[in-house]
Amino acid sequence: MRQVSADSFPQKAIHGPHQGRIATVGHHAMLIEDEPNIAEAIRFLLGREGWRVTTLGDGLAAEAEVRAARPDIVILDLMLPGRSGLEILTALRADPVTAALPVMMLTARGQGRDREAAEQAGADLFMAKPFSNAEFVAAARALVGV
Amino acid sequence: MALNAPTGSRVRERRQALGLRQAEVARAAGISASYLNLIEHNRRRVAGEVLARLASALGIEALALEEGAEGALAETLRAAAGETEGLAELDRLEEFIGRYPGWAQVTAGLHRRAGQLEQAVAALNDRLAHDPHLSLALHEVLSAVSSVRSTAAILAETEDIEPDWRARFHANLHHDSERLATGAEALVAYLDGSDSESAAGLATPQEELDDWLAARGWHLPELEEGASDLSGPDLSGLATAAARSLAAGWLAEMRRDAQTLPLAAMQAALAACGPDPLRIAARTGANVLAVMRRLALLPGAEAGLVICDASGALLFRKPAPGFAPPRSGAACALWPLYAALARPMTPSAARIEMAGRNGLRLQAFAWGEASYPQGLGGVELRQAAMMVTPIGRGETTEIRVGASCRICPLSDCPARREPSIVTDRPDLRG
Repeated sequence: MRQVSADSFPQKAIHGPHQGRIATVGHHAMLIEDEPNIAEAIRFLLGREGWRVTTLGDGLAAEAEVRAARPDIVILDLMLPGRSGLEILTALRADPVTAALPVMMLTARGQGRDREAAEQAGADLFMAKPFSNAEFVAAARALVGV
Repeated sequence: MALNAPTGSRVRERRQALGLRQAEVARAAGISASYLNLIEHNRRRVAGEVLARLASALGIEALALEEGAEGALAETLRAAAGETEGLAELDRLEEFIGRYPGWAQVTAGLHRRAGQLEQAVAALNDRLAHDPHLSLALHEVLSAVSSVRSTAAILAETEDIEPDWRARFHANLHHDSERLATGAEALVAYLDGSDSESAAGLATPQEELDDWLAARGWHLPELEEGASDLSGPDLSGLATAAARSLAAGWLAEMRRDAQTLPLAAMQAALAACGPDPLRIAARTGANVLAVMRRLALLPGAEAGLVICDASGALLFRKPAPGFAPPRSGAACALWPLYAALARPMTPSAARIEMAGRNGLRLQAFAWGEASYPQGLGGVELRQAAMMVTPIGRGETTEIRVGASCRICPLSDCPARREPSIVTDRPDLRG
C-alpha cells in the first residue's frame, strides 16, 4: 500500500488565482485513487485550500484507514485495484461510525450501471473524469460545508 | 379471414394488366359483370368458390389475390403500428395499403430498417459494455486525460507555483502524454479492423476467423490429402495477430481431421451411413466431434455447426440457412448443444424451429465430450458441438429456440435470461 502524506505541502502556494480567499485550514480529505498523477494534482488543489490530504493507492486497506483517520471527506475512485470503490462505499455506509461521512466518487467509465449502483449505495456526489479543477474544488468544499 | 377489401382492387389490377374487360372475366367466372364491378370496387366481399373462379379466370392463385404481396406488407405495418401505441388506424390498414401502396411500402421499409438498426445498435452496445479490451483501453486513456487536464490547468492557472511542484507536474505531464500516445495507438489499432466490417462493427478475433472461413466457403482444399501446396492456407488476410494465432490452432485441427477422415473415406461413409455422425464414427473409428466438423465443413455442405466449451461460450460458428448464431455473447439456452455439454457422450437430437417471422425448421444433432489434456489429476475440459440441417416447412418440430435472448421474440420462454429488443411487449423491451 502506498500512503503519502501532504503534511509537507508548501502553504505558500495559497496565492495566485485564489488570492484573497480565506483558506479553511484543518480539513482532512482522504483520497483513495490508484492513479498517482491524478492523486498528486488533487493533493495540490486541496492543499492550496489549506487542506490535509492523505492518499491511499489501493482499496484493500481503505476501510480500516478511513475508520482510523476519521477524515472530513472521502474521495473515492470507483475503479480501484484490490477492492472496488463501490464495495468500500457500501462498507463505509454500513458502519455507524462512517455512515454519514461525505463521500465523493470519482468515475471514469461510461457511468451508467456503476454510477447507479454507487448512487444507491449512498455516494454524496459524483465527479466524472476528466474533471475541471475549479469544479472539483468547489464540490469538495460544498461537501464539507465550506 | 381478414378484411378482404383490397382483394377486389387486386382483381381489378390483375384484370387490367391482362387487358381484359369486366364482362369477359365475369363471364369466365360465372358471375354478372355488375357483381364483378362491385367486387372490384371493394363493395362486396369475395371469397371461397367465387374467388377461386375469378382467380382461375385471371390465371392466378386464389391465395395471391387474397393476400397478394400485401400479406407480408400488412404484417410488417401491423408490427410498426404496434410500436406507436394506438396512433395508427389499424382497422383501416387494408384501405391504406390499397389506396397508398407506395407509401405503405415506404412505411414498412422504414420499420424493417429501424429493426435492423436497433439490432446493430444493440450489438454495438453489447460490445462497448462487454468488450474487456475496449473498456480497458478507454479507461487507460480517460485516466491519462484526467491527469493531463488537472495538471495542465494547475500549471496554467497557478502563477507563482513552487519550482519543485512545477518540475513534478511537468514530469507527470510528460509521463501521461506518453501513456496517452500508447493508449490512443492501441485504440486506433483496435478500432481500425472495423473498417471492413458491416454495421456490426468491431470484430473480435473469433469473428474475424469466422468471416475469413466464410469467405472461403468453410472448406480449405489446402488441408486435404494430396494438396499440392504444403505450406497451407495463406493467413495474411486476417488483420490481427490474435485472429491469425486462433486460425493456426483451428487449421491444425482441420488438418488432423482431414488426415483421420480423408475426403474419399468421408464420401464413402456418407453414402453408406447417411449424414449420421454416430454411424460414421462407428464405421471409421473416428471421434464423433471430428466427424461432425468434417460433415459440416465438406465442400458445399449446407449444415451449420456451432462448437462451445464448458462455459457455453461459442468457439466456432458456421451459420446455415435460417440459423444465425449470435456473433457475440451467449446463445439460446434451449439449444440441444447445451444438453450435450451437460451430458457428455450422449447424443442430443431435436427438430427445432427458429423463433421469428420466418420460423425455419432444422434438424439439430449435438454431442459433447470431456478431455483431460493434463492427464490424471489435471483439469477436465469439455467441448460440445451442434450440427443443424434445414428440414422442410411441413416437418413437425419439438421445440422453438432462438439465437440469443436479445433478439428473440419468444415472450413466454422459460429460459429467457434478459429482455428482448424485438418483443412486442413494451414492458419487456430492453
